[in-house]
Amino acid sequence: MSGHASVNSVGDSRLKRFLVQAVLGTIAVAWLVPMVAALLSSFRYFERDTQVNGVFSWPKALTLDNYREAWRVGSIWGHFGKTMFIVIPSLFLILLLSSMVAYACSRYSWKFNVFFLVLFTAGNLMPQQVIFQPLFRIFKNTPWPDILSDTDTGSLLGTKVAVILIHVAFQTGFCTFVLSNYMKTIPKEIGEAAMVDGASVWRQYRQIILPLCRPAFAALATLEFTWLYNDFFWGAVLLNQGAERPITSSIAVLNGQYASNYNLIAAASMMIALPTLAVYLALQKHFISGLTLGANKG
Amino acid sequence: MSSNKVTAAPPTGRRRRFSQLTKRDKIVLWVMVGIPTFLHVVLVWIPAILTGILSFMRWDNIRPVSTAELVGFRNYWEIFTIFDNQLFPALFNNLILMVWLFLCSAIGVLLAYLLDKNIKGTRFYQSVYYFPVVLSMAVVGFIWKSVMFNRDSGLLNILWPGKPVDFVGDQSKLFEIHLPLLDFPLGLSKNFAALLIAMAWRHIGYVMVLYLAGLKSFDPALREAAAIDGCNEWQTFRSVVFPGLKPINVVVAVITVIEALRAYDIVAALSEPRGTEVMGTLVTNSLMGEGGGYAGRGSAFGMVLFLLCIGFIIWYVINNFRERVT
Repeated sequence: MSGHASVNSVGDSRLKRFLVQAVLGTIAVAWLVPMVAALLSSFRYFERDTQVNGVFSWPKALTLDNYREAWRVGSIWGHFGKTMFIVIPSLFLILLLSSMVAYACSRYSWKFNVFFLVLFTAGNLMPQQVIFQPLFRIFKNTPWPDILSDTDTGSLLGTKVAVILIHVAFQTGFCTFVLSNYMKTIPKEIGEAAMVDGASVWRQYRQIILPLCRPAFAALATLEFTWLYNDFFWGAVLLNQGAERPITSSIAVLNGQYASNYNLIAAASMMIALPTLAVYLALQKHFISGLTLGANKG
Repeated sequence: MSSNKVTAAPPTGRRRRFSQLTKRDKIVLWVMVGIPTFLHVVLVWIPAILTGILSFMRWDNIRPVSTAELVGFRNYWEIFTIFDNQLFPALFNNLILMVWLFLCSAIGVLLAYLLDKNIKGTRFYQSVYYFPVVLSMAVVGFIWKSVMFNRDSGLLNILWPGKPVDFVGDQSKLFEIHLPLLDFPLGLSKNFAALLIAMAWRHIGYVMVLYLAGLKSFDPALREAAAIDGCNEWQTFRSVVFPGLKPINVVVAVITVIEALRAYDIVAALSEPRGTEVMGTLVTNSLMGEGGGYAGRGSAFGMVLFLLCIGFIIWYVINNFRERVT
């Protein structure tokens, strides 16, 4: 690393460094403007402040009214609960299933290793729109007891289980790819030693490989959390009642009712963005390593 | 990085052979692979195949599937002739989006390169550029719509000279091109251009983070060698660093293309202002809601999207798994 730095700094004059800082700084300001402006306007009165004085005016008073109103009308808390009801089981199942495939395909050599990895990786890149129509039918024709869902159709369609299933089916692709790359870096001697000691395949997976993959799990969990939380398509397509939809859809509902009260929508946006922003700021390291685990091929 | 992996990897056959395992272990392994594969195939691949079959059929999407009749390429003929005024504007928007996202990727690479120079505040800049990526596309759309683009009090409207611009509603074209076989012009509508800016806000940071990680792990000796050989900075980047980051280039190219083709959330969340149709919304709308009821035609639209994606998917898969196959 230090050698790297010296190569760069030798040729770089002071002026050049200043220019780089200026460029990066300007872009950073441009990046923050929409967010800061949204944050500011979410605290301002709409009818007696921004609408009259404009956004560039100095706010005369700050208020939490927009948050209260958006919280109530958008039923943010209810939507948040419903979103978590989808995100948490999905996350657990995705990591469990993909670690099993990745383990079997990366630690043992059998004929279909590459076939399975290709199947999952390519499936993960499939456009959602291409599959949703038949999927709709499959879910509709799958019986599902109403006691286990909040619908009364007797089928999987419209239940959160359906959304969980499709998230799991889709995201397992990406996680399998990342985890199998990660597991390849674990020395094979560890598995062999365990084998000699008589540990079964399942026991090796459970007690050796899973604990060693903790960093990869942490990275994938943070990344997948934001992806699942931010999903708009599956929630909107599979859950047809507005109240059941995940949190990202609730902003569209608000937009329908308060199309012109931008401060209110800004407040709702801030509340919806808060969980993922918090996860990102707290776990930034994991977040970025999750992305790069996928890109660097381990 | 990947080249290190390849040379360090043990020769083939040193991983445990499947045939050496006990029967019980074999069953366990099959179950471990079987359950996820079953789920994935049933919910992703089979629906994709069914969409392919449906695209050759006529079906109203309401009556039982048995009433569907085979019509050959009729749906495809229809979408390329009768409904070409839906297909081509959507395709054109996807194409513009793709070109645009590639430009954004280039900016992302540039930012990563600058940030890699060990300057002050790298971490701060990285966090700032990257944070829009964690926001939902729906939220990104609304932040821009209500704060930046808003007709009366949006920030951009205040900075914009002259009359207020209705960024999200204005469907007049920035430029138009006339293609010989189409009786209507294709063009970039102003509101789609506005969406492009919001999408750039999100895409640039994504690419930047991927490249920055690659640059950090790039072998400094290679750069030094290039510098000793008299390469200037641009030459070093073009012929040493950039080719050396091939795995990341591939990932970024795939992300860019697939994101451009799959775009849906931001357009749908803004209730699809006219002029901003993309393939994603076109497929969805012809299959459900008011425009629904034409399962065959909707599937044909879907297959066009699928065929555009699959080429890149195959390219990506080949790039990734070639060394394992050989």
